[in-house]
Amino acid sequence: MEQASLLKAANITKSYAGVHALRDASLELRAGEVHALVGENGAGKSTLIKALTGAVIPDSGEISLDGVKITENSPSISKSLGIAAIYQQPALFPELTVAENIALGHEGKGTFFGIVNWARRKQRAKELLDRIGARIGPDQTAAELSMPQQQLVEIARALGANARVLILDEPTASLSEEDTRNLFRVVRELRASGVGMIYISHRLEELPAIADRVTVLRDGETLGTHEMSDVSSKQLIQFMVGRELSGVFPKRTVERGDVVFELRGFGSSEAGIRGIDLTLHTGEIVGVAGLVGAGRTELAKTIFGLVAPDAGVMLLRGKPITIGHPCEAIDLHISYLPEDRRRHGVVLDLPISSNITLASLKKLSGLTGMNLIKEKEIATEYTRRLGIKTPAIYNAVSTLSGGNQQKVALSRWLVTQPAVLILDEPTQGVDVGSKAEIHDLMMELAEQGVAILMISSEMPELLGMCDRIAVMNNGTIEKVFKRTDATQDLILSAALGH
Amino acid sequence: MATLGKKYKREISAAAALGVLLVVVAIVAPSFFAPGNLRDLVINNVPTLLIAIGMTLVILVGQIDISVGSQFVVCSVAAGFLAKTGMPMPLVLVSVMLIGGVMGGLNGILIGRLGLPSIIVTLAMLVMWRDALRWITEGAWVQGLPNNFQWFGLGQGSGEIVVVLIAFILFAAFAWSLRNLVLGRNIYAVGSDTEAARLAGINSPGVVFWVFVIMGGLVGIASLLNAVRFTAIPGNLGVGLELKAIAAVVVGGSAITGGRGTLIGTLIGVALLGSIGTALTFVGINPFWEKAIQGAIILAALVSDVALGRLEKHGRSDLTGTSPA
Repeated sequence: MEQASLLKAANITKSYAGVHALRDASLELRAGEVHALVGENGAGKSTLIKALTGAVIPDSGEISLDGVKITENSPSISKSLGIAAIYQQPALFPELTVAENIALGHEGKGTFFGIVNWARRKQRAKELLDRIGARIGPDQTAAELSMPQQQLVEIARALGANARVLILDEPTASLSEEDTRNLFRVVRELRASGVGMIYISHRLEELPAIADRVTVLRDGETLGTHEMSDVSSKQLIQFMVGRELSGVFPKRTVERGDVVFELRGFGSSEAGIRGIDLTLHTGEIVGVAGLVGAGRTELAKTIFGLVAPDAGVMLLRGKPITIGHPCEAIDLHISYLPEDRRRHGVVLDLPISSNITLASLKKLSGLTGMNLIKEKEIATEYTRRLGIKTPAIYNAVSTLSGGNQQKVALSRWLVTQPAVLILDEPTQGVDVGSKAEIHDLMMELAEQGVAILMISSEMPELLGMCDRIAVMNNGTIEKVFKRTDATQDLILSAALGH
Repeated sequence: MATLGKKYKREISAAAALGVLLVVVAIVAPSFFAPGNLRDLVINNVPTLLIAIGMTLVILVGQIDISVGSQFVVCSVAAGFLAKTGMPMPLVLVSVMLIGGVMGGLNGILIGRLGLPSIIVTLAMLVMWRDALRWITEGAWVQGLPNNFQWFGLGQGSGEIVVVLIAFILFAAFAWSLRNLVLGRNIYAVGSDTEAARLAGINSPGVVFWVFVIMGGLVGIASLLNAVRFTAIPGNLGVGLELKAIAAVVVGGSAITGGRGTLIGTLIGVALLGSIGTALTFVGINPFWEKAIQGAIILAALVSDVALGRLEKHGRSDLTGTSPA
């Protein structure tokens, strides 16, 4: 029997600075259904969810609830319509009690001048928690609860707001098996009571147990919806990566030199990474693939001295090294281009010139202070070499476009003359032209003998630029593929831990 | 030059305000510009200028120090006692600099190393130093200073020149350092974005620590340059000094959130706020208005800062966008 559709998103398109995050994406959710949504990092899942919850306004397309079009959307409107989202990291107020957290936002109507009726508030919290079978006291503060308990409180809060559409974003990502079973029980009960749920997960193996149907997203497009029983997880992986490999990469073969950098059994409990074995040769580009949360950035930060390692050794040209602070890494000619360009890669208020020299100030400084002429020379040289488009090197970096900002960030590390260069998502949010320029530069550096470790979520970039690709999952390296052996399917399978 | 004007527009608007004030005074009460009056004005504002220099660094690095007034009185009284032991004046100068530096260093450890909020730490210090001093000296003035104390024993004329010279040398040295020393560059970077600075290999806690040490050292020097003008040292000096210094820095165009500002701006700010009181007297307005007018100038500086910021944003083409999450 075909059930009536509850929430429908039709042909949603959204682009950021000319890059499509969603292109004609469509999704139909029925009442009393658990609908899985799967896709790689950056496939557009988050953007689609944000469009449904009103956090993002699509450029085109239509969202309707019960067949009625939602013409105007915002987080508060979607909430009042009964659409609620629960994210991987619970968003409760830690200092408030469970009852207060549940009451927040949908209390006030029907009260006497907004005076809190504590007894009623507690009673209501208890009812909602009972409904999902959660044994949590309404007087406990949220901070006292475990993560799975907080998740249940969030679900109770959503139900309190009469949610009919519940979006669960990777709810089981950090749950134990028992907590997962408990969550599934709650999900099934809600399904039986007619709530429609969109369920996002990277754990493909758990989907058959919980989902009724599944929609695959790839590069912002929806590739159709399937009955869960009709598809295997292997097929899903193929859908997720089944793109034509297009785009030209300036890959040239570079004679691989000696081992310059090596990790043996490297790990850090603080960063959540363990047992990392990795070698880097001069002139080699090694990619690091993996899902968000697999520990890729954490690995880079631990190497660079931002997080303390507590296991294994790090070797530079065969000699053990320890790095306690980024400035020690820089002295050893190990550089790290951070992921978040605007927040970490550049200092937006400072001039281009100061940004370029910021990691090399010691070298520019003598007894008579900084050599400002030398600084100008360096800034001018790198601005020209990397094609940074600006009228003046003393302009603030904030005046540049994203691609040019990234080139400034990259210049800063080139000035330090790295032997090992770690790039964390070097082309994310960068326009096509700048992207090609950055790839060209990477090749040039490899030819000069720099060993490059590139973290990327973009499969074509990994396959196009890297000599080897290390795939991380759950804090460690799952597999390392040679360039000739790597395929999209194999990489994604390894990233998913299959 | 258009770019230069754009870069220093906040300093230029502060200078314009000062210019307007001076022109008005020149028309209404030209006697304001009598050499004797100007000389007094300069000498009176030397301590404020030195503390405002330190405060500029503190604000540039993204912090605040409201304990300077209490550090100031501690250093002043210490200078008196040290001079009475017969210590030569140059050594007294070095000593109060060190005493101030230690008090600043304590702030620096708590704020830079332990990451405590500077407003609370320095508030505690503000109360602590002043009351500790009151407890020890019971509020008594330091009297019976040796002959070589006042004006360094040089007489008023030469003494004033020495005071102004020290201030000028320090100002020039700091203006140069801020531009030409790694520490100066690091101060701007840390104040703009602590995390980005850390990722660029800068020891942010260390930078914050040294800024507070320098602030304390400058307070020490300022306290002596102030004390040598008189024959005795009151036990209640420096009340409200932190407000004067912070106001001068803000009026001079520095961003209270850190990362943006110049010492030239601070100099203009000190001159503007410092001459208002005297100017009012000369123009014939009741000097009780001084504080109210100073307050209005600070507000005007903040409002124009926001307005200039908006203008900047509109003038800038926003090509960056945000990347999809």
